Amino acid sequence: MTSPVLLLADSSSNLLAARNQMGFTLGFHIVLACFGVAFPLVMLIAEWYGHRKGDKAALRLARNWSKGVAVLFAVGAVTGTVLSFEFGLLWPRFMDRFGDAFGIAFAIEGIFFFLEAIFIAIYIYGWDRLSPRAHMLAAVPIVISGVGGAFSVISANAWMNQPQGFDLDMAGNVTNVRPSEVIFNPATGYEFFHMWLAAYIVTGFLIASVYAVGMLRGRRDRYHRLGFIIPFTVAAIATPIQLFVGDTAARAVADDQPAKFAGFECVYKSGDDQPEHIGGICHDGKVSADISIPGLDSLLVGFSTSTHVTGLDQIPDNDEPPALTMLHLAFDTMVGIGSALFLLAVWFAISWWRRRDLPATRWFLRICAIAGVAAVVALWCGWIVTEVGRQPWIVNGFMRTADAVTPAQGIWWVFGATMALYIGLGVTAITVLRGLSRRWREGGPEAEIPYGPPPGERSGASA
Amino acid sequence: VSKADVCAAILWLGVTLYAIFGGADFGAGIWDLFAGSGEKADRVRGQIDRSIGPVWEANHVWLIFVLVVLWSAFAPAFSAIMTTLYIPLALAALGIVLRGAGFAFRHALPGPVERPATRVFGFASVLTPFFMGTVVGAIASGEVPAAGDGDPTSSWTGFLPLASGVLFVLVAAYTAAVFLVRDSGAAGDQELRSYFERRALIAAVIAGATAVVGVIALHADGRYVYDGLTSWPGIALVILSGVCGLVALGLLFTGRNKGLRVAAVGAGTAVIWGYFAAAFPYILPTSLTISGAAAPSATLTAVIIIFGAAVVLVIPSLALLYTLSQRQALEGYSATSDVTSPRQ
Repeated sequence: MTSPVLLLADSSSNLLAARNQMGFTLGFHIVLACFGVAFPLVMLIAEWYGHRKGDKAALRLARNWSKGVAVLFAVGAVTGTVLSFEFGLLWPRFMDRFGDAFGIAFAIEGIFFFLEAIFIAIYIYGWDRLSPRAHMLAAVPIVISGVGGAFSVISANAWMNQPQGFDLDMAGNVTNVRPSEVIFNPATGYEFFHMWLAAYIVTGFLIASVYAVGMLRGRRDRYHRLGFIIPFTVAAIATPIQLFVGDTAARAVADDQPAKFAGFECVYKSGDDQPEHIGGICHDGKVSADISIPGLDSLLVGFSTSTHVTGLDQIPDNDEPPALTMLHLAFDTMVGIGSALFLLAVWFAISWWRRRDLPATRWFLRICAIAGVAAVVALWCGWIVTEVGRQPWIVNGFMRTADAVTPAQGIWWVFGATMALYIGLGVTAITVLRGLSRRWREGGPEAEIPYGPPPGERSGASA
Repeated sequence: VSKADVCAAILWLGVTLYAIFGGADFGAGIWDLFAGSGEKADRVRGQIDRSIGPVWEANHVWLIFVLVVLWSAFAPAFSAIMTTLYIPLALAALGIVLRGAGFAFRHALPGPVERPATRVFGFASVLTPFFMGTVVGAIASGEVPAAGDGDPTSSWTGFLPLASGVLFVLVAAYTAAVFLVRDSGAAGDQELRSYFERRALIAAVIAGATAVVGVIALHADGRYVYDGLTSWPGIALVILSGVCGLVALGLLFTGRNKGLRVAAVGAGTAVIWGYFAAAFPYILPTSLTISGAAAPSATLTAVIIIFGAAVVLVIPSLALLYTLSQRQALEGYSATSDVTSPRQ
């Protein structure tokens, strides 16, 4: 056994530390990013519904949710900033060489981040002073810039998978950058739609799960019902589309990044009539303890069992993704949870169609109570699939992650400190949100909504 | 003027706006830290909440703007800075996380979280400007080699970087106090107004003295920038900064606040652009020039176009936010008002 001290001094351990640090901070931020993209839409729907139907409960939800949006956006803004620093602190060689191509999408993201920060402030601080119309209008740029920001960031990630839009000179430096090819690379489309829908699914099911727990505890008033139905419906609508987009994405990866696809499906030997391994352990060129369905993998990739699938035998050993079992199980978990959430949405849809109500059984709410956390797990698994599956490359085919990492020492210590800090941050954020929700509850269902300024006091606000 | 120079100016505009508006938000946190306790301290904190609450996140985005322009248009400089000054940069990032989270949490939920969150908000508000200051000081003193991997400790622990860190904290506190003078005056709280007036004066005097020490340190450790600041066109901007600073001081002494913010912001802006003029044509004096670090032409064009889009989209939105916030049109929401206890 190598002693931990030696491990700390080892440069490959530096790579592992940096990857852990990046993975952990990204995993934390991505949940908040989902809220940044999707929560404003959920909140706006509640406000719009409230005004349209004169529904006080819906307006109260929108107002309370806006405070949740504020807290989550603030934490998301700072954890996102940490990621910006980490590009340089952890991967300076990558930024040095590819920043002038990779960076462009982030410059666009900057604009959306600005607009989101500005209009979130106007929306949240404008509850008492803006007219309902001006107030709802202020939410529109938030919804749009959330989507635009997600597009920009995902485009940058897609470029790491499908790099294009530049040439390399004799010294290996990037020249002749073609920004539109960088941004609209072949992976941008499916990665973006996949992540965009994931944001609605994660946010919708997570918010709904909070109200499902409330309803299970006997709080069955209109406030809780709407608090469940609005976000659940947003998420439910996204699930079938997500199955389609995810399926398309997997087929595109099979074509464009065969090593990655072979990694997450554990295809060792190239050929047609590939079986689909569900679960299992990938080791020594075979998959054990799995459920194997003959021919299904080929069928899924090319709609025929005679479809040829590239296996790891055609990938040079040092270009193979690592941790195959983890990669494979992450992929299966993502697909499994996604499919289960789709069935949950179908259950709800049937019940709504037949009796305009939620399924009567408490089991529906119990399952919904864990659906939010399950959606987050699926999200994390998806990022493991895309990031670990791209290894050993940071820029697929152009630069290895090992060549991008900083030589700076002490990353394990930073990683430990970051874990402690972020866990503290997460626990406090949840404490604050729970504290807010307790205060809203104690206010009772009939509390009035102060909305809009008293007559004659509107100042220039609605201009 | 080359495209690279235009991108450098765009970068520097972002630096200016972050230093002034972002700096003022950190400065408000510094006053929050020293507000003490009791009824008056609560009023001070309330004013700080109302002043920075609606704007701090938008102001923070200028930092992101600076980072993305730096790594897109001047990737080698970004990498060189990051591989040399990773310790102060990581500590500045720590301050950013703690400040933002601390403020958001104390703002969202009065109660058990409020006191520790307030503490964290205050301490972190000192941390970030200090370490950002050491980064700028290290760059000015030529401690960042073009190829990166400069000395991770001695690069930023010299006298000039440390003095620059202290100066950044003081200037942030000063700018914040000036903004708070105006805001508490507009809110009709004369007692708070003179409270911040006194603090602005004290911060201005100490910051001025530190700046003199900084110039002496620059003479010793950052000769290229020093020479640039003491010859045309740098010297003109230094003089402009001095005049603005003295006008602001005079306005504070006489208790007249008209033009105070313009004078204070002018003093800061002039010295920031004085540095730009002094360091030109270097992005890292004196190891890497702007043109030497510049990205391929198409990337620079993209950055300029994106900046144009930002001007069209972001500036009017920011103007709307500042206007609404200054007119107290956004004041209805406060930390304690919610649906159960409507604002009186």
